[in-house]
Amino acid sequence: MTPLQLCLVISSLLFAAGLTAALARNNTILVLLGIELMLNAANLNFIAFWRFGPASAPAVGVIFVLFAIAVAAAEAAIGLALVIALYRHQKNIRLEEANTLKG
Amino acid sequence: MTAALLFLGALMLGSAILAFTRRNLIHSALLLILTWSSVAGFYLWAGAEFIAFAQLLIYVGAVSMIVLFAVLLTRRSLEDPLAAPAPRSRRVGAVLAGGAVAGVLVATVLGTPSAPAAASAPMLTVKQIGLQLMSAHAASLLVVGVILTVALIGATVIAATDRTPGKEDQP
Amino acid sequence: MSATLLSFYRSLLAGDSPALATEPFLERAPLELRDWFVQLLPAPLQWLVHSLISIAAILAIFGFFFAFLTIAERKLLGRLQNRLGPNRAGLPWAKNLKLFGLTQPFADAVKALTKEDIVPANADKLLHFLAPVVVCGFSLTTFAVLPFGREIIPVDLDAAVLYFFAAGSATELAIFMAGWSSRNKYSLLAAMRALAQLISYELPLLLSTVPVVLLAGTLSTREIVLAQGGWTFGVIPHWNILTPWGAAGFMIFLVSALAETNRSPFDLPEAESELIAGHLTEYSGFKYALFFMAEYFGMTALCGLGVTLFLGGWQAPCAFLEFIPSYAWFGAKLCLLILGLIWIRGTLLRLRIDQLTRLSWKFLVPLALINLANAAFWSLTADLPLPGRIVRWLVALALVAIPFVTLGRRLSAGLAPRTYRYAP
Repeated sequence: MTPLQLCLVISSLLFAAGLTAALARNNTILVLLGIELMLNAANLNFIAFWRFGPASAPAVGVIFVLFAIAVAAAEAAIGLALVIALYRHQKNIRLEEANTLKG
Repeated sequence: MTAALLFLGALMLGSAILAFTRRNLIHSALLLILTWSSVAGFYLWAGAEFIAFAQLLIYVGAVSMIVLFAVLLTRRSLEDPLAAPAPRSRRVGAVLAGGAVAGVLVATVLGTPSAPAAASAPMLTVKQIGLQLMSAHAASLLVVGVILTVALIGATVIAATDRTPGKEDQP
Repeated sequence: MSATLLSFYRSLLAGDSPALATEPFLERAPLELRDWFVQLLPAPLQWLVHSLISIAAILAIFGFFFAFLTIAERKLLGRLQNRLGPNRAGLPWAKNLKLFGLTQPFADAVKALTKEDIVPANADKLLHFLAPVVVCGFSLTTFAVLPFGREIIPVDLDAAVLYFFAAGSATELAIFMAGWSSRNKYSLLAAMRALAQLISYELPLLLSTVPVVLLAGTLSTREIVLAQGGWTFGVIPHWNILTPWGAAGFMIFLVSALAETNRSPFDLPEAESELIAGHLTEYSGFKYALFFMAEYFGMTALCGLGVTLFLGGWQAPCAFLEFIPSYAWFGAKLCLLILGLIWIRGTLLRLRIDQLTRLSWKFLVPLALINLANAAFWSLTADLPLPGRIVRWLVALALVAIPFVTLGRRLSAGLAPRTYRYAP
């Protein structure tokens, strides 16, 4: 296995771990953290190809990852604000109970 | 070289899996901080120092704070925030789905013939990143700026309380 | 990875000596000493010893600096408050020789080490143990990118300023860990307040360094110091603090640095009259000493960064004073800044949590953004003939003064006029 393939396998496993967590947990915050982990795994992929691949524009990989980190952070902020608003409405953060549009 | 990569990968995956199987939410958050730090370590190993420091600054320095604040503000009682596990069928389904995705991805990665790899990381200074951001990717930079501003204002509006200031809010 | 690491260290080893071959002896002395020691060892280990010497030197020098900083602070605060500081700790074997209390730090160290280490029964033992270790460790790693002298910099990174702030923001996490692991309602509340303060002031701190990076064109601390070189007429240095945007930026940086290290007047999280010791309530003995040490290391590192970014780093103020070695100039400027911080501690009153967050968000952040625009204007009008230069200075000074006065007036709108009463 070349180092590039090892990096990609690690990022795939991290993505799968984030996906499992987002599907398996009942707590809204942990689901959001699973999504964050999936975004991180995608960034790992980009940096692995930046390091090992022949690239004509070496800055593009790094810039993409920078934008991805920024957007993921913004999404985490909004998601957690929504969790706080949800808590105020239904007094707990169980995802199973947040399935109506009423209220 | 591969030993460091294996160590970082094991740390990443181990702390991520541990983080999502804990009942105590604060322990989950702290283990996830360890995961993000090992991702930053991976970026350093790959030679992308700017991204590694940005990852540490943003994830470990800021997103972790938001997560910890959210966990502490949404507790039922004043003890540890415990998260009850989901019903067994959903957990089994999730593990199967995750395993299937992992299997497909790993099989694809290992099955593709690989191109010759570069011996060392591309020489990239911060100045080059800055010049590229301002010239070729200026539009994306402005859009990301707008996204961050909207997220800041939106998060403040969503999470703010609706109560009018009462007598106890007088300075 | 080891190939790139080895080449990185080889560049560290190779790059320093030739540039200093023509400098006077005192200037070259630390680097020659380090090189001589490294040459004594076999080649495969040289990069490791090179790093270990830097680490050991930083720990030793700044450890002793911290020790004498505590006694200097206590004596200075005492003098500011019209009393003597500690002056009774002498030598244990000579009962009459008091030495003006200069051995007080060693007495404090012995006390901290021998005190009983009390951990609450309900506490989260692992986090309670890790919090002081994490905060002290990350505070020390921020010293790695400060240029202490010409070519004396432990790690020369291309993104040094970003590294400094990344390492500094990890210390905030340790404060949360300390507050939460104590399982104490008041510790947790104080830790939340401390976190709010730290997050609020991280923004003006970072924004005040952006104009410096803009004008130097690089994030590397070594090159920022080099960009402030040269003298006009041989006596006026080109330091950033001697420009309008630099002076405003330095003031914002100083206020934010005071708040980032929980120093008075922003020491609400750890003041003794507020929630006992805040997030440090359940810490005793050596762990408390470690938190204390981490606060002082953080203060020293931020002052070091302030010297690097605004005061010209290791550059001498006049051309004929260059015979004094560069690390001595860095040390002198660092001591000057720290004495200023101690003076501020002894003079100003503590702010409430809502007052300090309001100061950050409604005053410092707009000022820092306007300062960035000011610095951009300064850099765009760099080559102008003489009448243009006067206009440039006037516009830059107006861009500093007018927002300061208007924002200040608006924020202190509803408050009563200040009255002072002095002791007879």
